[in-house]
Amino acid sequence: MTIASPSAARPSPLLATLKHARYVISDNPVTGLAFGMALVLVVCALLGPYIVPHDPYASNTAMALKPPSATYWFGTDQLGRDIFSRVIVATRLDLGIAVCSVALVFAAGGIAGIASGFFGGWTDRIIGRISDTIMAFPLFVLAMGIVAALGNTVTNIVIATAIINFPLYVRVARSEAQVRRQAGFVQAARLTGNSEWRILLTQILPNIMPIMMVQMSLTMGYAILNAAGLSFIGLGVRPPTAEWGIMVAEGATYIISGEWWIALFPGLSLMFAVFCFNLLGDGLRDIVDPQRRT
Amino acid sequence: MHGVIDPATAGTLAPSEEPRGPLLQVRDLTVEFATRNGLVKAVKNVNLTVAKGETLGIVGESGSGKSVTSYTVMRILDRAGRIAEGSIAFSGIDIAHAGEKQMRDLRGREMSMIFQNPRAALNPIRKVGHQIGDVLLHHLQADPRNVKEKVIEILNQVRIARPEERYHAYPFELSGGMCQRIVIALALACRPQLMIADEPTTGLDVTTQKAVMDLVTELTRARGMSTLLITHDLGLAAAYCDTVMVMEKGEVVETAPAEQIFRNPQHPYTRKLMRATPRPGISLRDLLPEEAQTRGRVQASPRPNPPPQAGEGGPVAPVEAVATPDADVAASNPLPLAGEGREGAAAPAAGLSSVAKGSPAPAAEKTLQPLLKVENLVKEYPRQGAPIAFLAGLFGKKPAKEDGIFRAVDGISFEVGKGESVGLVGESGCGKSTTSTIVMRLIDATSGRITFDGEDLSAIPAKSFAHHPMRKRIQMVFQDPTESLNPRYTAARAIADPLLRMGGMSEGPALRAKVEDLAGMVGLPVDLLDRFPHQLSGGQKARVGIARAIALNPDLVILDEPTAALDVSVQAVVLNLLEDLKHKIGMSYLFVSHDLHVVQLLCDRVIVMRQGRVVEEGTAEQVLAAPKDAYTRELIAAIPHPPV
Repeated sequence: MTIASPSAARPSPLLATLKHARYVISDNPVTGLAFGMALVLVVCALLGPYIVPHDPYASNTAMALKPPSATYWFGTDQLGRDIFSRVIVATRLDLGIAVCSVALVFAAGGIAGIASGFFGGWTDRIIGRISDTIMAFPLFVLAMGIVAALGNTVTNIVIATAIINFPLYVRVARSEAQVRRQAGFVQAARLTGNSEWRILLTQILPNIMPIMMVQMSLTMGYAILNAAGLSFIGLGVRPPTAEWGIMVAEGATYIISGEWWIALFPGLSLMFAVFCFNLLGDGLRDIVDPQRRT
Repeated sequence: MHGVIDPATAGTLAPSEEPRGPLLQVRDLTVEFATRNGLVKAVKNVNLTVAKGETLGIVGESGSGKSVTSYTVMRILDRAGRIAEGSIAFSGIDIAHAGEKQMRDLRGREMSMIFQNPRAALNPIRKVGHQIGDVLLHHLQADPRNVKEKVIEILNQVRIARPEERYHAYPFELSGGMCQRIVIALALACRPQLMIADEPTTGLDVTTQKAVMDLVTELTRARGMSTLLITHDLGLAAAYCDTVMVMEKGEVVETAPAEQIFRNPQHPYTRKLMRATPRPGISLRDLLPEEAQTRGRVQASPRPNPPPQAGEGGPVAPVEAVATPDADVAASNPLPLAGEGREGAAAPAAGLSSVAKGSPAPAAEKTLQPLLKVENLVKEYPRQGAPIAFLAGLFGKKPAKEDGIFRAVDGISFEVGKGESVGLVGESGCGKSTTSTIVMRLIDATSGRITFDGEDLSAIPAKSFAHHPMRKRIQMVFQDPTESLNPRYTAARAIADPLLRMGGMSEGPALRAKVEDLAGMVGLPVDLLDRFPHQLSGGQKARVGIARAIALNPDLVILDEPTAALDVSVQAVVLNLLEDLKHKIGMSYLFVSHDLHVVQLLCDRVIVMRQGRVVEEGTAEQVLAAPKDAYTRELIAAIPHPPV
């Protein structure tokens, strides 16, 4: 019959979420690995300047272009600065740009996409054409143009990165919202007197969070690459700021003469970060999705 | 055996034939599934035998292991599932240990399957003729030169009109019944020895169901094939099977020839299932298990005492039962009962009693004050066809494309009295759901008037109705309890939603108390309130949906096939609950359904719809016992009955 189950004390929601997160992480080793990598990145971003062995900005021409050693783990660059310290310190800037731009594009693109799928009609047409226009440009070139036009600042990199990812969010959110706009629970919410905007925010949005989580995690990787790419070609962040893209750009000129470490280690950390966020998506989705919590 | 076989006699014919050797023999089969909470035995020590040419029905409710058993025979279990014990012999082949290559060879050629949802079983972007051709080519029953010919021959056999044309059709261009015929054609293409039909007609209308089942029976008997029919519908199993096997929680509780199992069911579970199956000439209370009736308390029902003798001696009118507990409940009931509601509650009770006694009282509904009045309601859609078009048309203002206008609702008029239950019956596409959605004010009608309690509702556009004070007086219980609950809201949050939005309540202990109160009324244990929908059973989700609908004491509740997705025993409890609540709160019901037997149980009056029009209207008793319209007669005749 239908009624069963003894009355068990329900744990608090926070505790349940933590327990569930632990389950998801231990269930899938890849997810566990991704979370471990993300933890490393977050620690570096938060504590970077306090844990590095050398001052990342102190130049020491006597020690310039030294290969990796026990003192300088990743070697030193043309000004004798410790590359290891610079790579760690750069985490905060690169991650910061990525997090801000993803948050911005999630808020703008996510809501626009849901509204587009949910309301249809003119809303859909206008938002759809805007994102089509953005997609019509080569995205990296568009980002270059935006930063060049708006000015060479970190804020503008964030904005440019958000704009080029906007269509991706709109597309995903729109199709997800479209599937659900006639779902029974949405109809039921109409019957209980919810306005359309309230339905959009309280019924539709939470239900497309799992897929948005995956999207956010993936674009996080793109955002890091994009920011580094802009710096690499000389837009955005400027030397001597420690930033992975600039460091790769600076090291690139020395590869021919055999000083491979200057470009390699910032490049590897870029790879590490992008790889981490790409893996993280699936794990995040499982944590956010209540259906997995059985 | 050619020509149409009468399903009623089909079952009795078979045993008189020559003794047949077993085609399929399953011994002590146990199937385990690895889940997060360890191993779960889905099927325990199942034994079954299917002789050549025999039709075996496996009957059970959801979770009984009937589908797992059949999947195991085909060896198409999930990766998590495995055969823990037992053997399966299929014409001498050891299925349990056969290699994958051998199984691939068997599937389709020697044994084949018909799935529940024909649309999902067909590749949506491939012509149906090619899909059938694929099977023939794969099993070398045809070569590329004559494959089309053979496919058309098969389409002819499953009685698809104009097969040359339909050969090129895509699944979405065909109706549900037509798709199921294609699936049957696929399954029969290679003339297999065993066909497994897993709820082959669950999604189909009764008349289509009859046509499809008659076809399956005829074709399989003509070819001497064996059939394994998996169903939750005892009536269907009775009508089309030689032997019936009843399963409960992974175990076989009873196996017997079809007639015997219905005349003289041995196991209590079989008896319970049979009681719960709606059939003519019974009352709602008869659906509940005997224990619940004799014990005088229904586990799920908040009503303290159902009619004492209703159990065996035939339908005794539940008039007293309605009157007395209602009075008790009213005292303790925190819901304010409107005076008119109380009046209304008495009237249908009288109607119900007269129906049960077999003497129709047409005077009963005339005295009711009309609550809802629908006049000449018309809903037009710019495009022909599919129900998807309705949904698409809801928001996007699509310009009228090709073939002009489709009238989903074509000028219907009816009334629902205060405290009355009216059934709106018809097959899919007849416009009953569109009608209820318009009455619900979720979409606007093209023309016509809807008067609710003296006020013209059709004047208020659907878009702004969410904030209208009338909103809370008309509520709805949805067809699919799973789909109608937000997967991210707990049960308590779902029930609280109308209270927060329209009941003027805010978060806090008072709200919680009210929600717990409502949960009590619908028989939902309070400790389940903090669960998410996917952690609840179908019946529990249905209760959440009902609690949400009644939270604001509505005057009219639209029930859109509220039990269609539920097992029969759960359906019995939910129907009784709805009946109890109606008297308690004094609501009117507009019950939308395709199942006349269910409608007859709950409703005073029935309206039969076809192609957007009302074809017949009358008391439930009249319509079922003496249908005037040919279409109604066809509908009633198509419902499979157990041979009682």
